Amino acid sequence: MRIELEKRPERSVLMAWASPVIAVMATVVTGGLIFAAIGKPPLQALWIFFLEPFSSLWSIEELVVKATPLILIGVGLSVAYRANVWNIGAEGQFTMGALMGGIVPVFFTSWQSPLALTAMLVLGILGGMLWASIPAFLKIRTGANEILVSLMLVYVAQLLLDWLVRGPWRDPKGYNFPKTVNFEDWQAMPIFGGGRLNLGIVLALVAAVALAVLMRRTMKGFEVRVLGEAPRAGRFAGFSSDRMTLFVFLLSGGLAGLAGIVEVASTVGQLQPNISPGYGFTAIIVAFLGRLDPIGVVVAALMLAVSYLGGEAAQVALGISDKAARVFQGVLLFWVLACDTLILYRLRIVRSAPAAEGV
Amino acid sequence: MSASVTAEAGAGRGEAETSEFLVEARGIVKKFGAFTANDQVDLAIRPGEIHALLGENGAGKSTLVKMLYGSLQPTAGRIFWKGEPVVVTDPGRARDLGIGMVFQHFSLFEALSVTENIALALPNASDMNALAARIASVSRDYGLPLEPRATVADLSVGERQRIEIVRCLLQEPKLLIMDEPTAVLTPQEADQLFLTLERLASEGCAVLYISHRLEEVKRLCHASTILRHGKVVARVDPSKETAASLARLMVGADVHAIRPKHARVAGPTRLYVDQLDLPANGPFAVALQKVSLELRAGEILAIAGVAGNGQSELFDALSGERRVDRAGAVVIEGEPCGHLGVGERRELGAAFVPEERLGHGAVPAFRLSENVVLTRDSIFADAARRLLGFLDFRAADETAARVSSAYDVRKGKPDPEARSLSGGNLQKFVVGRELDRKPLVLVVNQPTWGVDAGAAALIRQALVDLAADGAGVLVISQDLDEIFEIADRIAVISRGALSPGYDAHVMTLEKVGLLMGGAHGGSEAIEGALKLREADGRAY
Amino acid sequence: MDQSALLAVLLTIVTASTPLLLAALGELVTERAGVLNLGVEGMMVMGAVAGFAAALTTGSPHLGILAAAAAGALLAVPFGVLTLNLVANQVATGLALTLLGLGLSGLIGERFVGQPGVRLQKLQIPGLTDIPFVGPLLFGQDILVYLSIVLAVVVSWVVFRSRTGLILRAVGDNHASAHALGYSVIRVRWAAVLFGGALSGLGGGYLSLAYTPQWIENMTAGRGWIALALVVFSSWLPSRLVIGAYLFGAVTILGFFVQGLGVGVPAQLLSSLPYIVTIAALVVISTRRGRARADTPACLGQPFVPDR
Repeated sequence: MRIELEKRPERSVLMAWASPVIAVMATVVTGGLIFAAIGKPPLQALWIFFLEPFSSLWSIEELVVKATPLILIGVGLSVAYRANVWNIGAEGQFTMGALMGGIVPVFFTSWQSPLALTAMLVLGILGGMLWASIPAFLKIRTGANEILVSLMLVYVAQLLLDWLVRGPWRDPKGYNFPKTVNFEDWQAMPIFGGGRLNLGIVLALVAAVALAVLMRRTMKGFEVRVLGEAPRAGRFAGFSSDRMTLFVFLLSGGLAGLAGIVEVASTVGQLQPNISPGYGFTAIIVAFLGRLDPIGVVVAALMLAVSYLGGEAAQVALGISDKAARVFQGVLLFWVLACDTLILYRLRIVRSAPAAEGV
Repeated sequence: MSASVTAEAGAGRGEAETSEFLVEARGIVKKFGAFTANDQVDLAIRPGEIHALLGENGAGKSTLVKMLYGSLQPTAGRIFWKGEPVVVTDPGRARDLGIGMVFQHFSLFEALSVTENIALALPNASDMNALAARIASVSRDYGLPLEPRATVADLSVGERQRIEIVRCLLQEPKLLIMDEPTAVLTPQEADQLFLTLERLASEGCAVLYISHRLEEVKRLCHASTILRHGKVVARVDPSKETAASLARLMVGADVHAIRPKHARVAGPTRLYVDQLDLPANGPFAVALQKVSLELRAGEILAIAGVAGNGQSELFDALSGERRVDRAGAVVIEGEPCGHLGVGERRELGAAFVPEERLGHGAVPAFRLSENVVLTRDSIFADAARRLLGFLDFRAADETAARVSSAYDVRKGKPDPEARSLSGGNLQKFVVGRELDRKPLVLVVNQPTWGVDAGAAALIRQALVDLAADGAGVLVISQDLDEIFEIADRIAVISRGALSPGYDAHVMTLEKVGLLMGGAHGGSEAIEGALKLREADGRAY
Repeated sequence: MDQSALLAVLLTIVTASTPLLLAALGELVTERAGVLNLGVEGMMVMGAVAGFAAALTTGSPHLGILAAAAAGALLAVPFGVLTLNLVANQVATGLALTLLGLGLSGLIGERFVGQPGVRLQKLQIPGLTDIPFVGPLLFGQDILVYLSIVLAVVVSWVVFRSRTGLILRAVGDNHASAHALGYSVIRVRWAAVLFGGALSGLGGGYLSLAYTPQWIENMTAGRGWIALALVVFSSWLPSRLVIGAYLFGAVTILGFFVQGLGVGVPAQLLSSLPYIVTIAALVVISTRRGRARADTPACLGQPFVPDR
């Protein structure tokens, strides 16, 4: 018995909607199996992991806070991946955004005005763009693989941040802890209500809507899709792959940089060696789970945020390692990719294989 | 070829009328999902017979031979080999039986050497040096010169076909299947191939010969089976038929002759190419060398040539997908535009249809309306909203519908994805999309490659009509029948160099063939060949 | 530099290069079959944790080696199912593999953090190993170092001289042709993917058994990605891969050596050297565009669906 793929004449619209849902359900089942395997009560663990985050206002707020960087990075990546350009260094661009934006509070601590925050956000975007322009430039000029270059630069950015907060940028009054001064007042994101909900989510939603319009209604979005689907046809239409590579790297890098400065100017509140629980990598999963569509990314980001919160809750309640969240994220991406096959193919189970093609 | 085969051949040939069939397929059915590609097909071939398998594109020829060769399994029906029922489970089994196949799209490996390519088809070849020696000797015997150590990527199409044939010969086949072998050859190379096949047949090897070139089938084949829509519609002796009667059997109706257009008027120059040089852009690509041509209003200029001699490079240079520094190298409507991109050239009134429909001329995953936008972005970026470049979807829909009805594009739903269309329908759409813009210059590469006869006739007619309306039409094609059918002038491209354009009335198949082989300039060699083959009876 | 210091540097270069060589050799074979598996980092880190755990519980570093290879191959299984049987995008699936491997290894390895590991012993041949300078270098390494060199020779021979290698290259060059000739593209690729996974696991196992015998989360620190870059750098030739891996090991170790000399360079800059060198190497090799293109397996990264 084996599984055969039968190509559909067209994309299945039903499956395009159903595949992320199937993937999430399969991940939940897989999660239950993993919990059972490590000797935890599967149903209770699943409840805590996936549903408890929705049970209180506080945790819903927290969900939105966690989803904010994932949306910002994820929408940018979704456009890049649509163009078949593989920026997987968003984590580094996030770091550089935080670092560049951090220049204002570190060096101009007393500059307190809305302009200071604006300058931080702009610098953050520029920092991400700067870092993203390196793989783009090297790809265009020399053909160097953008996947590897952008990934290598993640490590370089993190080491640069590490050096700065332990060395030149360290808070002189910080008892020798590796951190900068706290970002305060107009150098932090405005807060809504009493919790941690902040302006960042508004920026994220604006970015998502703007990119959704760009992708669906404009020539630029058309260009992205053509070059991603069929580069040769893109050239025939008069589009340039090189300019597209630069465009999507700057776009996704800028948004990742913005996410970086928003994060350090809100929940983190300072620069320190660890400013991200891997948002730049989780956003890759977000982009795929959202089917590379900016609006889909918003939904997907909320779902991935659940895994972060659920991971924390499960650790407290059941002593399950917070690493479990990372495992779920990996499993989820696998299921998403597997289920995407259903959009273009029908699966047929064939008994008694003729020996022409094995497996 | 071994002695044993020759001995068997003698026996087979002596009593060709009464002996058993070498291979017989009975009641073969092959379904792909709901689509029936082969429906109760019977086929029988005698030893030493050159048997033609005829049919239109999509008639089911390739499906049938893939089942004989074990690449596909029949849904129903049986195959008999020398009277015994056999199951051809895979190509390895077919080779064990003595079936060899030369594929239309060669099954070669570009990065590997000739010897390695051949070794892959011979399960027991482990000693490369011994194999190289065998290759050298067989290729010498059959007049198929090959250098065993050469890398395939560096070889011409003709040489590649020789590898495929030698690969089969080394397996000492009793049945050789050839899928459209002459589609990629010059007429002279084809003649050489026929000699080889005739010699093989005389040695007792059966040949299953798939072609839609009826003249060569008439000349070469002893018997034929004709398929239409997956069913056998006739078994005839091709030498007793005319090309027209065979065509009628294949298509099931009289093939439309192209309406002759009224007398050609030499209008103003539409497209002028002056000493165009273009470096090769890859290790295996062709460089264009001093290509010059002039295309005038009201005429069709056809460029013939064997695949891989610079056709796609020429197309890219004309369309602007590759630019040159010297603006004057390409002049459209009097405007030097060698340095301009494809969009700017379109604005000058040019339109282009590339060879590859899926992935170049159209985006497979896009709907037809979206594919309309591909070649006319300037129209849909609404002027008032140009800053943001919003698309006008309604105009795109209307255009797609207009093109579909004007050019008889048949589709299952109003706006399907391009990949769901058949080759012929998609080609009609891609050509129609450009004609809908009423271009002054149309450059089209392989306009009817792989499309059914009905679509081909419609497209050719549309090209002729466009020229009659005063446009200049440049057709790059490997199909010499097509070229002689519609061209006013014919030039030939060979190794990146273009011959002068000759009036179609004075061109013959032989002359084109010699030019394809690289004999440029209309020298005595051509004149000599002309005289030699004058009375061959080809009605062009 | 005195002789003992030089010896120490050379020995460190060998241990720094071996995991890269092992993982890159596996990926080279995978890519020769036309499959791009970006999950090397994930398979390495799984090899590292499995090797460490097996060696710790059994006390045998050799069982650790086997466990490392098995874990790498096991993690390659979902990759194979997705990319080969379900024709999923190879780039995205490889990334998923890395994320999964990093998460899973962290979860499994949590209880091993801080525990001393079992070190893979170095060879000790009386007489030979005692030869000054040359002895420890040539006859005093651990078995994985020798295995990595032997494997490089074997892979080179198999790929270019054997029929198996011919089929492997054929499948990577043109899967449609290989299918037409009756070879099972999917089966060949499955074998190559599993081999690549096993060797990546071995490379990771080397880290937790020989390089630094302990378990640290994310201890591969991007070496899987560097191994991927080395494959490009080697133009898919095993011989050049050995040179590349050792050059790479040398450059990074020399950085630390310079720091040891007391030059005032931040530690972070030296730590970032491997990544910067990788980028530089990619740029250099990619600039020689024409050649690099011709060497790349033509079907690399392309999904294959047989027609039936």
